Amino acid sequence: MKPIEWLTQVLEVGAALAAAPLFQGWVNQCRAWLQNRRAPSLLLPYRGLRKLLHKDAVIATNASPLFRVAPYVVFATMLTAAAVIPSMGTRLPFSTAADAIALVGLFATARMFLALAAMDIGTPFGTLGARREMMVGFLAEPALLMIVFVASLISSTTALPLISEHLATRALVLSPSLAFTAVAFTMVLLAENGRIPIDNPATHLELTMIHEAMLLEYSARHLALMELGADLKLLNYACIGFALFIPWGSATGGAGPLALAAAIPALALKLLVAGAVLALIETLSAKLRVFRAPEFLATAFLFAVLGMLVHLLLGA
Amino acid sequence: MNLKTWIGAAAPLAADPGIRRIVVGGEDWRRIAEDLAAAGGRLLALWGQDAGAGYPAVFAAYATAAGLLLAELPFEAPPGDASIYPGLQDLFPFASRMQRAVYDLYGLRSTDADTRPWLRHAPDGGYEFVRVEGDGVHEIPVGPVHAGIIEPGHFRFSVVGEKVLRLEERLGFTHKGIERRFLDFDVEQGCRLAARVCGDSAVAYSWAYCRALEDRVGVEIPRRANWLRALALELERIANHLGDLGALGNDAGFAFGLTQFSRLKEGLLRATEAAFGRRYLLDTIAPGGVCGDLPAAAGAALERELAYVAAETVALRDIYDEHAGLRDRFVGAGAVAPELAARLGLTGLAGRASGQAYDLRTDLRDAPYDELRAAKCGAETGDVAARVTLRFDEVAESCRLGRRILGDLPAGGVRTNVPPPAADSLGIGIIEGWRGPVLVALAAAAGGRIRRCHPHDPSWQNWPALEHAVIDNIVPDFPLINKSFNLAYSGHDL
Repeated sequence: MKPIEWLTQVLEVGAALAAAPLFQGWVNQCRAWLQNRRAPSLLLPYRGLRKLLHKDAVIATNASPLFRVAPYVVFATMLTAAAVIPSMGTRLPFSTAADAIALVGLFATARMFLALAAMDIGTPFGTLGARREMMVGFLAEPALLMIVFVASLISSTTALPLISEHLATRALVLSPSLAFTAVAFTMVLLAENGRIPIDNPATHLELTMIHEAMLLEYSARHLALMELGADLKLLNYACIGFALFIPWGSATGGAGPLALAAAIPALALKLLVAGAVLALIETLSAKLRVFRAPEFLATAFLFAVLGMLVHLLLGA
Repeated sequence: MNLKTWIGAAAPLAADPGIRRIVVGGEDWRRIAEDLAAAGGRLLALWGQDAGAGYPAVFAAYATAAGLLLAELPFEAPPGDASIYPGLQDLFPFASRMQRAVYDLYGLRSTDADTRPWLRHAPDGGYEFVRVEGDGVHEIPVGPVHAGIIEPGHFRFSVVGEKVLRLEERLGFTHKGIERRFLDFDVEQGCRLAARVCGDSAVAYSWAYCRALEDRVGVEIPRRANWLRALALELERIANHLGDLGALGNDAGFAFGLTQFSRLKEGLLRATEAAFGRRYLLDTIAPGGVCGDLPAAAGAALERELAYVAAETVALRDIYDEHAGLRDRFVGAGAVAPELAARLGLTGLAGRASGQAYDLRTDLRDAPYDELRAAKCGAETGDVAARVTLRFDEVAESCRLGRRILGDLPAGGVRTNVPPPAADSLGIGIIEGWRGPVLVALAAAAGGRIRRCHPHDPSWQNWPALEHAVIDNIVPDFPLINKSFNLAYSGHDL
């Protein structure tokens, strides 16, 4: 274990924790601009978190311990995921703990706790949101796994940092299988993070909510953790996308501190562009009817399968 | 008896021969309703009064091919067990809630089966909702406090999965005793309260109130004042439609639409403020005319603003029409077929979207619409898309009307003196607001006081239709369907 690897690890997790709300703020800002609105401050998500952390938590009298534990589980899962996703460097001491398939499992764990906690109080909206979340989840997970498999087949490993390293260091080729997979991944990212066209993070209509409906009963520090968890999830997904489809710029192999230092602006640039693209997609589309979500995610799955077929049949 | 006989038996109301009044007993009360329903007449409003207004009575206003007919059923005894009148629910389904409201407010009971309180809520908040039994059926209670800042109403959904089997509304949370409050004013001041019954229809209410007052005393309203009133009414219609079109886009997750239409609406409101001194035209119409004249410069600016709104709306309409995601959400959602709409008595904007081609501006052609010649807009499919299309059509038509008014505005005074009405005289005013026909019934007492005033919002007719519109739709589509109707809480709850 080299000190530089530990440094990479600490830097990655620290940066993810610190920058996740910033990324969310950037997406919101882009969205506001695209909608001809004056944008809120980039720091608004941080202020929201600070406000929530200063408040006293209100918990329903019939809440079980699960309800209190869930925010910590969700947050911790997302932080763990951030530790195994190579956002700046590919040599991560933690990465042996979970490969890409386990990563999908980590996300599933968070989802399960979130859904259970939402149903715990017994309000209709929590149950409504949890049901819809599970529907989206069970369609998105196979698509995500299939995306991971394509990348694994190309690089003959399921460890995400090694996949990323392989893709970054091989000869530059246009790979149709990865192009198909990238489309699939973008669709899964939208669905999994409660973005338009599957869910609307800005809505106040309780009957249409998915993710927000599950958080209606949370307040103060619990809500802050849930929101930070959601911010981390979006950042994590973006970083998975970078690792698979635009891996260049991160420190690979035995690279020194200089490469690591160069990886920081590279990541910032990628996030800047990704946030703007995400906002553009959200602005251009309307929200789908809930029952169109299966079609949307089936399309994502189909793209991932196409990517795999292209790779197996054509070797491209 | 047929329609003609009833009309013949009724006496013209004061100075307005278009409105006729007939005083009947319980049997004829029911027979009139039957005959008028058979002849295609529509119930406009049903209201009551107690001994405080002279004697207890219920009133029903019908729109028929031969004009407006007002039926009155007086009671001898003070309200009690004997004050029972025949219910009209089987003929006009939405009459049920109005009859329940009459009992809550005045103690006069109809013979219809549903006797649950409507406006007067039980102290413990209890209410018997209709339960839907079956495998996998569960209920979702929503409101009266919502996640967003909207008016209070309770919606009880019975659903299987996401599919709505039944929706039951419960309203009355904003009941504030408007009818009683009217009694504290004289007829002149009452106009200001009328404008505040339902804030988004201030012009329609205040104009209907003025009609109820002016027609009976035979006042000739200056032509310029009448045109300005129509201008105010069309501005109110445009502003509300613009707001709704933006909100409909936003509810479908298309926030771009909201910002664009909000921008247009704001521009219009500012031009309105420059022209009338108010963004929302609360105290613009007053008995005898309008409160202030329109400065020529502000009129020209308003005309430019209307031209701009019309042009921009055309561009935005193309975006709405060609956006696949929006079309998918709008088309087929919350459909009310024309036959169902006719049976339910769907009225106003929502009615015209379902093939109920009634628009008082073109049907009655009261001044100044006899000269302005408004075109009637309509659609047949009755879904959210139809109500969106209709709003676009009406914005275009109202912009045209507004510009026509500003271009040809007659010269002259804008207000005339209105003598106090005779004691015990009753007047009815009815105006096609942006949501539908607004009716005001105004009974005067001696000394220019108000003896009884009932403002009726078209939402009374359309709220029950919303319950039908969402059947077989999915729960997350309800906010969109509800917004496409955009019915009043305050105007309904009185």
